[in-house]
Amino acid sequence: MSAIAPPPLPSPPAEASPSRRPRRRRPRLWRVTIFVLAAIYFIGPQIAAFKFSLVLPSGKYGFGNYGQIVKNSALRDALFTSLEIAAITAVVVVALVLPTVVWVRLRAPKLTLLLEGITILPIVIPPVVLAAGLEELEGHSPQWLVSLVFNHALTGLTPFYVILALPFSYRAIDTGVRAIDLRTLVDASRNLGASWFSTLTRVIMPNVQTAVLGAAFLTIALCLGEVVISTILLYVTFPVEIIQLGQETGPGAQVAISVLSLLFVFSLLFALSFLAGRRRGATSVRLI
Amino acid sequence: MSAARVPLAEVPAENVDIAAVIGSRASVGVQFRGIQRHFGDVAALAGLDLEIHPGELVALLGPSGCGKTTALRILGGFDRPDAGHVTVGDRDVTKVPPNKRDMGMVFQAYSLFPNMNVRDNVAFGLRMRKQDKLRRSGLADELLKLVGLSETADRYPYQLSGGQQQRVAIARALAIEPTVLLLDEPLSALDAQVRHQLRAEIRSLQLRLGITTLFVTHDQSEALSIADRVGVMNGGRLEQLDTPENVYRQPATAFVAEFVGAMNRLPGRVGDGEQVQVLGQRLAAVNLNGRAPGSTVDVLLRPEAIAAVADSAGAGEVLERTFLGSSIRLLVKLDDGQSVLVETPSHSDAPTAGQRVGLRILSESAVLADADH
Repeated sequence: MSAIAPPPLPSPPAEASPSRRPRRRRPRLWRVTIFVLAAIYFIGPQIAAFKFSLVLPSGKYGFGNYGQIVKNSALRDALFTSLEIAAITAVVVVALVLPTVVWVRLRAPKLTLLLEGITILPIVIPPVVLAAGLEELEGHSPQWLVSLVFNHALTGLTPFYVILALPFSYRAIDTGVRAIDLRTLVDASRNLGASWFSTLTRVIMPNVQTAVLGAAFLTIALCLGEVVISTILLYVTFPVEIIQLGQETGPGAQVAISVLSLLFVFSLLFALSFLAGRRRGATSVRLI
Repeated sequence: MSAARVPLAEVPAENVDIAAVIGSRASVGVQFRGIQRHFGDVAALAGLDLEIHPGELVALLGPSGCGKTTALRILGGFDRPDAGHVTVGDRDVTKVPPNKRDMGMVFQAYSLFPNMNVRDNVAFGLRMRKQDKLRRSGLADELLKLVGLSETADRYPYQLSGGQQQRVAIARALAIEPTVLLLDEPLSALDAQVRHQLRAEIRSLQLRLGITTLFVTHDQSEALSIADRVGVMNGGRLEQLDTPENVYRQPATAFVAEFVGAMNRLPGRVGDGEQVQVLGQRLAAVNLNGRAPGSTVDVLLRPEAIAAVADSAGAGEVLERTFLGSSIRLLVKLDDGQSVLVETPSHSDAPTAGQRVGLRILSESAVLADADH
C-alpha cells in the first residue's frame, strides 16, 4: 500500500540574518605574526644571498657578477634548451594524461588503482637508477637511434622528463577531473554532435583548466630544475650550466647565478599563472 | 524527416519563428526491438519491445533499476545493447555513435557547460555543425526567446536557477533540430512549484513542435500528466504501455496497479464467470490468468474505488482521517484485522476518526494478484 504523503510544511519565515551583515575585516594578530615569520623564513635567505652576490672579488659592492652571467652565451643557450624541453614536455604530459584520465574515469574506472600505481613509479625509482638505465640503453642502441634520440638534449631528455613528471601531473589532472560531472558533460557534448577531440578541447579542458595549468607548472619547474639525469647523460641544460659556471667563477658569481635562476623560474611561473588567470577571468573563474 | 523541410541552418537567423521552423518537420517514429542489456549478471533490459509513434510523447515509468534510463541511453547512443535493434524512422541507429544521431537530450543533472555563457551553450550544437558565429548567435537568441530566457543570454550557468538551467538545456537540445527529444528525469532536481510549471511548459513545447519524445521518470504524477502514453517498466521489461488513464484505471498487471497510485490489496476468492468476491461483493476480474474458481487471490482496489459509509453495525472503524485538500483519506481497520485505505471527495460528509463504518466497492472490476500470504 502506498504511503500517504504528508501535507507540505509551511516554509520558514524569512529573517534578517546578522551573519549576512558585512563584517569588518581586521586581520587577527596571530595571522599577521605567522605571515611575517613565514615571510622572514622565505625572503630572508634570498635577501642575504642577493647582498652576498653583490660582493665583487675586490671586496667592493657592485653588479659585476651579474654582468658576467648575462654576457655568458653558454648559459643563454642552456636556458633556451631547457625552456624548449620544458614547453614540449608540458604539452606532451597534458596531451597524454588528460585523455587517459578521462578514458579511465568513463570507461575503465577499475583501472584507476593500477594507473595510480604506475604513475607513482618515477618517484619510487631514484633518478640516478633511471639515468644509469638510460646510459645502458644508449650504450646498446644502434647508431641511428643514438643519432636520432640521444645526440640531442631535446629528444634525449623530453621522453624521460615526461615519465618523471607523471606522478605530479597525473594527480593534478585527476583531481581536476574528479571535481566536475564528467559523464554528464561528455554525454551532453557528444549528444550535441561533438567529436571526442572537440569534447576534450572545448568542454573538458576549459573546465579543468586550473588542474591542467597546475600539471604544466609542475612539469616546467621539474624540467628547469632536474640535474641528475642530464648530468649523467652529459647533456648541457640550464641547471647543469649553472653548476658548471659556479665552479668556474668566484663565490659571488655562484650566488648571483642562484638568485637569477630563482628569479627567472619564479617570474616564468608567475607570468603563466597571471595569463591563465586573465583567461579564466573571462571564463571558468566564474565557476566559483 | 521530410525532404521538403527547410533546415534550420538555411533559415535567416533574424526574426525567424523558430518554433514554426522546427515544427514544420515531419516527425519520425522510434522502435526498440528485442533490446537486451546486461551489466554482469544483472539484466537491465530483458528483451524490450517499444514503439513510439511520430510526434508522440512516451513516458517510461518505473522504480530504480527497472531499466528505463538504460533504454533512454541506448536510444541516445550512450550505451549499446547486447542484442536487439533500435530504429528511428527507417534508419537502424543501433551502432551509430551519439554525435551522429541528431537527438536532443536534457539530462537529470545540470549539464550546461560551465565555461560557456548561456548563448554559447545553446549555440554549441550549431558550432559543431560548422555554422558561422553570427548565425548561431542569432538562432541561439531565438531559441532562448522560445523558452522565455532572452535576458539570460550573457549569463553563465552558475548565475541561473535550476529551472532556468533546465530551460536553457531544452533550448540547447532543440537547437540541433533533433529527430527525437530525450528527457532523462529533467525535473527531478527542481522544487515542486518549478517542477509543475516546467512540466507544463515542456508538454506545451513538445505539442507545438511535434517532436517525438521519450521521457524517463520515476515520478508517476509527472508521467501521467505529461505523456500521450505511459510505459511502466519492471525488471528490464515493459509491463504495460498505454494511455495514462488506462494505466491508472485498467492496470494490466499487479505490479502496475501497485506502482501507479495508492492501492489496497485485499484477500478475495475467484468465483464463477470470471468474477472475484471481495468484501462481500462480486467484481469482474481483469486478469484471471487461468485461476480456478475457488482459489484465493489478492484483489487490488484503489482508495477512491471504495466508499465508507457511517454505520454503527459496519465491519470496521475509522482509525485515521487525513484531510488532503480536494479529498479526505480514511484508514479503516476491519474487524478481521485488515486495513483499508478509502478516499472520498472532501465536499462530502466523510466519517470521523473512531466512527464505525461499512465499506462499499464502487468499481465494477478489479485486478488480481497472487495471494500474498
